[in-house]
Amino acid sequence: MIWKSALRRLGAALIVMVGISMLIFAIARVMPGDPARIALGPNASAAQVAALRAERHLDAPLPIQYWEFVKALSRGDLGKSLYTNRPVTTDIAQFLPATLELVIVSAIIMVLIGLPIGILSAHFRGRLPDHVGRLIALIGVCTPAFVWGVILQLFFGYFWPVFPIEGRLLESTPVPPDVTGFFLVDTLLAGNVPAFFDALHHLILPAVALAMAGLGQTARLTRSNMIEVYDRPYIEMARAYGFRPLRIATRYAFRPAFIPTLTILGLEFAAMLGNAFLVEKVFGWPGISRYGVDVIIRKDLDAIVGTVLIIAAAFLIMNIVVDILVSIINPRIRLAAGRG
Amino acid sequence: MSEPVLTIRDLRLAFGGRRGHPVLHGISLHVRAGEKVALVGESGSGKSVTARLAMGLLQESPRVHATGSIRFDGIEAISGGRDIARRRGNRVAMIFQDPTSALNPTFRIRGQFRDVLRSGDRGISAAEADRRAEAALAEVSIPDPKRALDSYAFQLSGGMNQRVMIAMALANRPALLIADEPGTALDVTVQAQTLGLMSDLTEKRGTAVLLISHNLGVVREFSDRVYVIYRGRIVEHGTTAQLFAEPRHPYTRALLAAIPKISGGGLPDLPERSPEFESPLIVHEGCGEPVEARA
Amino acid sequence: MSEPGSPVIAKRGGSRAVAAFFGNPLSVAGLVIVVAIVLLALAADYVTPFPEHVGPIGDFAAMSAAPASPYMLGTDTMGRDLFTRIIYGYRLSLIMAVVVLAIATPIGVIVGLVAGYRGGWTEYVLMRITDVFLAVPPLVLAMAIMGFLEPTLLNGMLAITAMWWPWYARLIYNVTRAEASEGYVLAAETVGASTAHILFREILPNCWPSILTKMTLDVGFVILMASSLSFLGLGVQPPTPDLGSMVAEGAKYMPDAWWLSLWPAIAILLVVLGFNLVGDGLREAFEAEG
Repeated sequence: MIWKSALRRLGAALIVMVGISMLIFAIARVMPGDPARIALGPNASAAQVAALRAERHLDAPLPIQYWEFVKALSRGDLGKSLYTNRPVTTDIAQFLPATLELVIVSAIIMVLIGLPIGILSAHFRGRLPDHVGRLIALIGVCTPAFVWGVILQLFFGYFWPVFPIEGRLLESTPVPPDVTGFFLVDTLLAGNVPAFFDALHHLILPAVALAMAGLGQTARLTRSNMIEVYDRPYIEMARAYGFRPLRIATRYAFRPAFIPTLTILGLEFAAMLGNAFLVEKVFGWPGISRYGVDVIIRKDLDAIVGTVLIIAAAFLIMNIVVDILVSIINPRIRLAAGRG
Repeated sequence: MSEPVLTIRDLRLAFGGRRGHPVLHGISLHVRAGEKVALVGESGSGKSVTARLAMGLLQESPRVHATGSIRFDGIEAISGGRDIARRRGNRVAMIFQDPTSALNPTFRIRGQFRDVLRSGDRGISAAEADRRAEAALAEVSIPDPKRALDSYAFQLSGGMNQRVMIAMALANRPALLIADEPGTALDVTVQAQTLGLMSDLTEKRGTAVLLISHNLGVVREFSDRVYVIYRGRIVEHGTTAQLFAEPRHPYTRALLAAIPKISGGGLPDLPERSPEFESPLIVHEGCGEPVEARA
Repeated sequence: MSEPGSPVIAKRGGSRAVAAFFGNPLSVAGLVIVVAIVLLALAADYVTPFPEHVGPIGDFAAMSAAPASPYMLGTDTMGRDLFTRIIYGYRLSLIMAVVVLAIATPIGVIVGLVAGYRGGWTEYVLMRITDVFLAVPPLVLAMAIMGFLEPTLLNGMLAITAMWWPWYARLIYNVTRAEASEGYVLAAETVGASTAHILFREILPNCWPSILTKMTLDVGFVILMASSLSFLGLGVQPPTPDLGSMVAEGAKYMPDAWWLSLWPAIAILLVVLGFNLVGDGLREAFEAEG
């Protein structure tokens, strides 16, 4: 069944997670400097530094330190942030939902706009809509998310102020009671429709800025995969029956072309989790980025490791979801899995 | 003698624009209603290109430069603009060489069959389409039509897919069926079965057939009249009986000489290209070009 | 008559690729952008109007001046000419990209070649390590590395290099896997050629088109990544002119001094676009040659 192969992928993802934790751990411990000293700052006394070293097992050999780290992790304990003085998990739980909401809305924009551009480009291959589509895609791919952020903010926030430039809600809008942490969901759960639209209004510019790179990549891939499919006999057959060209594009050519495209969308999602840091800075979005950059600048070891691990986990989970989607829309895999 | 349903006159084609690589040098042929005509030649002779042009599949490619005339039902396929297939309303259907790759791998047969039926009758309901599809599949001797409709092409055998394709092609009662190397991708017995099936059904319905093939064994069995195409020209034309009894063009003779070995695919060494090969079109009596004469 | 594979034939094949490249107006446009930027960056000391504005001191009489002569793109909050600083920013970005790729590419290529050819445990271990790197968003990994290092030019290059090689490992691994079963490799094995000979003399030459294409595209993407890091304040520190930090710094003064971040932002877009156009053109040219 599909679930069996999903479980297998989950296992593989766990191995990669262990690898990532080792990598991050190694980076954190091998880099020059005494982490305890860095964390406490130059004004701390030697006794304070020694106490922190003991508390964090910093004097033990690396494998022991890693073991302690994994033991704590298995209890759901990512350590304590020296910056907020709270458990890292608490911090992440507070900041991650805003980032995920932004990334998910961006992913939706990426698919809803990128796919049609790719389809139209392939359909009008070599003609004006194709050139326009390819240009949009190329500029999307070539422009860092923060450049999009700054440009969109400048034009649609300042010069022609149709969108708010900062934050998730207006000052006057009450923050919805925290259920999912996604304001789009929580405002609706609270039955506050104006707040929902306010949240959406605030989301659009950052989400578009974040979506542009993936949108361009999606359009490019869809186009090239569809052009390959257009040479297949089943497209010739569809044309021989006189099916409408647009129907051939959206149904007969798109479906087979979408399968290889979808696998790449997972990678684009990964890039978005990273680029969210840039967009959040531009739009003052209170997500994991502000926290991440703050803890990085303060050399807050546990918080850095925790943040990277959570983002890697989100990425791996997304990739498993994409794999499952691929096997659902690809009848070959679905039926093979059903038989096995 | 009945009217031709398909008339091709002086068809010329070059790939890569007007001054590009010439492929067809003035093909003329016709198919009358209910008639079974074969276009025979080796690969690269231009026979498949002719079939695709007749089907309206190549005209929109910017690399193709075609002149001449292909008329069907008064609709001109060379100079007549776009969407030829749709304007003909499925009065011409086509069967492709490899049935499995000609069916979309991401749709069940049911969905594709519905689309085919809808292209012939826009207002047909899904239930009505499914009923007709089942009947059509039963007619091509598919044992469990319901199950076949619920399958993907890769779940069915090549022979089954060939039957599905024949059923689809005939579902909208076309006046002409173009069969491009039908079943060449299948093994010989399956190929013979499906060709027999196709022949029976088209005869029963009075559908004309233009059979494109390199296989003279197939041509002899399933056609009334034959055009021999060689390097983009028709070199000989006659009834199947005449042509097999008394081949006149050296290329035709070479083809016939190769029959016993043809199951292995391809021709033995042809005699060196001689001036005789470039001789004018040989037409056996009783097969003159009626349209040509009238024009 | 020339022998098969003789220089005459090889040359004809090469010229087909060149013709394909220059036949595409987009590739040519990309090449023009790239050449112009590289030349400007190389000759920055001579072509920029105010080379002294590279440091912390500018024209105090013209702080945050809007674009007008003699500061065609305006000045920043210290009165430094933006055009000058953008060109020097280009120079820094290009140096970073070249150094990063010069280190990351050989590492990735060797890992990919060895993993793809040796198979077995070597392949498993090397490719799982590669997977680990590929499983973290590149920017996040680079940020994490920067988190433990001082934000300097050298460390920035180190962080980007560390997350860049796996992409080459993955690419070359796939090519090597496909090539390893080809006739010419088997032939070399039968005559007892050494592994090094097979990897570097037989397989590697077939990887060059993919490597060159990817490197060209990557010059743009390394610049993109470096500017992203410095935009977050984790890259090169002031007063060194850097495109990413210029955008970040200028964003504080929007919308009144819009030129402060808009021009550096467009400068980044332009250089990445240029290298992308050339890279795409190269890929199509190599494909045209077959």
